[in-house]
Amino acid sequence: MTNNLRFKTSKFIDETYRVSFKFNNKTYFGFKGDTLASALLANGIHLVGRSFKYHRPRGIMTSGSEEPNAIIQLHDNSSRTEPNVRATEVEIYEGLVASSQNCWPSVNFDIGGINNLLSPILPAGFYYKTFMWPASFWEKYEYFIRKSAGLGKSPKVADPDIYEHKYIHCDVLVIGAGISGIMAAKMAAKNGFKTLLVDEKSYLGGSSIYDNSEFSKINNQITSSWLEKEINEISKIENLEIKTRTSVAAFHGYNFLLARENLTDHLPINQRENKVRQRLLKIRAKKVITATGSIERPLIFDNNDRPGILLSSAIKKYIDLYGVACGENNILFTNNDTAYETAMSLIQRGIKINAIIDNREQIDSKISYEVEKNNIKIYKGYSIVDTYGYRRINKISIMKLSKDGQTVIGDKTKLNCDCLGVSGGWTPAVHLFTQSGGKLKFREEDQVFIPNFYPSDQISIGSCNGDFGLEEIIKNTLSSIKKFLDIDNSEYKTVETISGLNQSKRNIWLLPSDKSIGKTKSFVDYQNDATAKDIKLALREGFRSIEHVKRYTTTGMGTDQGKLGNMHALGIISETAGTKMGEHGTTTFRPPYTPLTFGTIVGRNVGEFFDIFRRTPIHDWHVANNAEFENVGQWKRAWYYPKDNENMHQAVQRESKAARDSAGILDASTLGKIDIQGTDASEFLNRVYTNAWSKLAVGKCRYGLMLNEDGMVYDDGVTTRLGENHYIMTTTTGGAANVLGKLEDYLQTEWPELDVYLSSVTDHYATISVCGPNSKKIVSKVIPNLDLSDEKFPHMSFKNAKIENIKCRVMRISFTGEHSYEINIQANFGKSVWEKCMEAGKDFNITPYGTETMHLLRAEKGFIIVGQDTDATLTPIDLQMDWIVSKKKYDFIGKRSLYRSDTIREDRKQLVGLLTENPDEVLEEGAQIVADIKKSPIEMLGHVTSSYYSPNLKKSIALGVVKGGKNMLGQKLIIPMENKNINVTVADPVFLDKEGEKLNAKL
Amino acid sequence: MFLINCPFCGEREQSEFKAGGEAHIVRPKQPTELSDDEWAEYLFMRKNIKGIQFERWNHVHGCRKWFNMVRDTSNDQIKAVYKMGEKPPVK
Repeated sequence: MTNNLRFKTSKFIDETYRVSFKFNNKTYFGFKGDTLASALLANGIHLVGRSFKYHRPRGIMTSGSEEPNAIIQLHDNSSRTEPNVRATEVEIYEGLVASSQNCWPSVNFDIGGINNLLSPILPAGFYYKTFMWPASFWEKYEYFIRKSAGLGKSPKVADPDIYEHKYIHCDVLVIGAGISGIMAAKMAAKNGFKTLLVDEKSYLGGSSIYDNSEFSKINNQITSSWLEKEINEISKIENLEIKTRTSVAAFHGYNFLLARENLTDHLPINQRENKVRQRLLKIRAKKVITATGSIERPLIFDNNDRPGILLSSAIKKYIDLYGVACGENNILFTNNDTAYETAMSLIQRGIKINAIIDNREQIDSKISYEVEKNNIKIYKGYSIVDTYGYRRINKISIMKLSKDGQTVIGDKTKLNCDCLGVSGGWTPAVHLFTQSGGKLKFREEDQVFIPNFYPSDQISIGSCNGDFGLEEIIKNTLSSIKKFLDIDNSEYKTVETISGLNQSKRNIWLLPSDKSIGKTKSFVDYQNDATAKDIKLALREGFRSIEHVKRYTTTGMGTDQGKLGNMHALGIISETAGTKMGEHGTTTFRPPYTPLTFGTIVGRNVGEFFDIFRRTPIHDWHVANNAEFENVGQWKRAWYYPKDNENMHQAVQRESKAARDSAGILDASTLGKIDIQGTDASEFLNRVYTNAWSKLAVGKCRYGLMLNEDGMVYDDGVTTRLGENHYIMTTTTGGAANVLGKLEDYLQTEWPELDVYLSSVTDHYATISVCGPNSKKIVSKVIPNLDLSDEKFPHMSFKNAKIENIKCRVMRISFTGEHSYEINIQANFGKSVWEKCMEAGKDFNITPYGTETMHLLRAEKGFIIVGQDTDATLTPIDLQMDWIVSKKKYDFIGKRSLYRSDTIREDRKQLVGLLTENPDEVLEEGAQIVADIKKSPIEMLGHVTSSYYSPNLKKSIALGVVKGGKNMLGQKLIIPMENKNINVTVADPVFLDKEGEKLNAKL
Repeated sequence: MFLINCPFCGEREQSEFKAGGEAHIVRPKQPTELSDDEWAEYLFMRKNIKGIQFERWNHVHGCRKWFNMVRDTSNDQIKAVYKMGEKPPVK
């Protein structure tokens, strides 16, 4: 360790606890309490990465979440590997491994650095301009662009860590535990508000906690000492919860906020087992106090990006909080008083300052006089025009600023340094405030955007509200919190402050150079390599909107979202375009404030909980019997049951044949079931279905078709009248929830006078359908005491029955065209009844079939599947189902739409059967249907909706929709495929047993 | 995310609700007597206002009740909620 960079003055560093870590495969040491950045700086390392576009060497620039340069790959080559982590936020632990990104073969020698030499031909919009022609080359360009794009490596294997979500409700949320946040939290909690205080750092107190200067005092105490006592006091308040390492990511409307709480990232890997790594907090706060502080602005001058150039406040924090000097020969460059605080911190520890360059001609503050007393040369009214040193800054050149600040004059002076601190004043961190819908206003005096209009019950305090001086912060915090919480101010009776700083500033967005702008590289966005030159070019090319300039130049589009440079970009645009800053507004601040891991976002919803599926009560049997499953909505449905080495086609052919030749059994439990009761139940059904229901006798079943108000088919299913005022409706599997919602909607909003109650009972019953010529024999064995004779139990009727004292409902209904029974029984008995049916059907080769065979069997009969053969553009008339539309009923949902000028058109797409010329040729579902392939362009008449090879008919069958298809029976059409044209004939959609002989056969 | 004051259950998260479009569009009592244009007016035409809008919401993952809401669509402020059949409390 280079010991002359580490000072034993910080209480935040535990010097008895040495920590070793690896950076770019080399082992270094730091102390407990260090961040990766402070530990690297203590080892004399500034160069940590390469920039995105030009691969310029880049160093640590800041000390917090705003860091644009020092983004590293953490846990290299491990399942925990994470790209784009800010070294300034990583707390080091024993065994940490990290490496630089965006460089090859190494950060010290990076081949991509050639881009820096090519930069004159890589201006803003280079990619847009270059790779547009010839258009056919894009695929080739894309390959190389993708290879070189992006920062860091994403993990290749599953994340081993655990994440979770947590809801928090509180009266007052305070974001940021700096001096004003601490005071606000104390006032809120002491006055009985349930308060939550969060801060992204591992410690409380913000930058004031290491403010040991004699120049800012509170009640005659050093700021840090006063604040420590405050922190000590609030940690004992019962209704105040404090969360550190917790970063608010998003501030939504209605005071709903998302925060990420880091729980284990600071621990050695072996201490993380079985612990939650990060928690996403979903916070609903009655009142929000935003105290997010401010971010120091850099200054924009030629070559302002070299390693060794840091924000002046970062240099102060590294020495005061971590005891680390960033350099041994420092220069500070500023346009305001804050750099003098940094100077005092360095002077106190005897660290050399070669000079201070100040844009201002006049400097009049106690602290600046004190610095001058220490024989530090201050260049007043000067500016830096260039810097030197490839992997670390070693020299600067300065010139005098003209009176108007637009040019530099006089001689150029060169000064040596190994570290340069810059300060361009402060930008309030208004990101969260604007995310919530807050509106900003521009304050001309010091060129900052500050909160103006609050969209919810919230307030911004401290420097994020544009209060920068200590006195102003404390005074305004006290008065605004008092008003905001409507409390008296008993907690802080007298707070007296002394500050040696004054707020004067000479703001110049783009500092002048002795070179022409085209020859400079003055970085505005460090991470994305966007320079002042690029912004000016965008304006010359006609871009005006700040959002357009942002996208064209990529300013502010890195992982840091331009926390440092966005204000300068705005400033340069308004100066160049000759407009006022306030008129442009800002670019939109979007969540998250700092990047979130995917783990935090998904929480526990991983693996089997990612997309939770519904299982029928018979699911385990299907699994045990080798079923393949199909997703239908959230359901897992048995698709087919391959035997031996059958493929899907073979299994489906076998199942379909068995169901018609002897017996098949289907798990239909997923069908939606709605229990309908009330004295107006029949009238209600009359209004929602197209056919008539009033005359349906108790104990009878009827098929119904439900339309939308626009006349298009919405759902279908069989409804059974269980009693005078009691029905059970079945819906399609996927439509169940929507149908219930639609029925409730009509009941509650259009027909509140109807006495009808709806209840979903889908999950309460298992439904087993047994079909085929032997179904009767099987069911009579399972339910011996039920009379299955055609006279007592005809097609489309229902009976209450009992299986070993367990009540069940049996319907004789059919979706296959075969004689068939549907047994509905309490869900928990589903599997055992299924097994009974299998046992009873043993002698009849009872064959379980899945959804694919079900689809084939119903297609043979021309029965539609809503959602497969229909797509919300087909009326019942289009489906050739005129028979189900009541002519007598005065009204039902969708009736009026059936004779709109559009729905009565003859040339609408209509459902037809399709038979291929070659009976073995099976059409592709979705294939287009045409009549004339010579015409250009070919007119599309429709498409195939369902297609199968029928083992029962020994030929290919298909359903499709064709324009004017109803009147095309027997006509030849063509299905053009990639390599051939298939000839088909339009046929009746009912392919098998049109007369229903199978259904009504005496068994 | 809105915090919606369901008239039956009280304040609940927006994720429990489903929006149901413009409110106070009455289904014609005698649709068969309407011309195509009149029927289309009911079926398709919606105002989609920027500003104060009356809309229907359903507490779909709660009491399943439909109710009305007055919302300023320009800033998402909910001005009022009221039951079906009740008169809007603000103009």
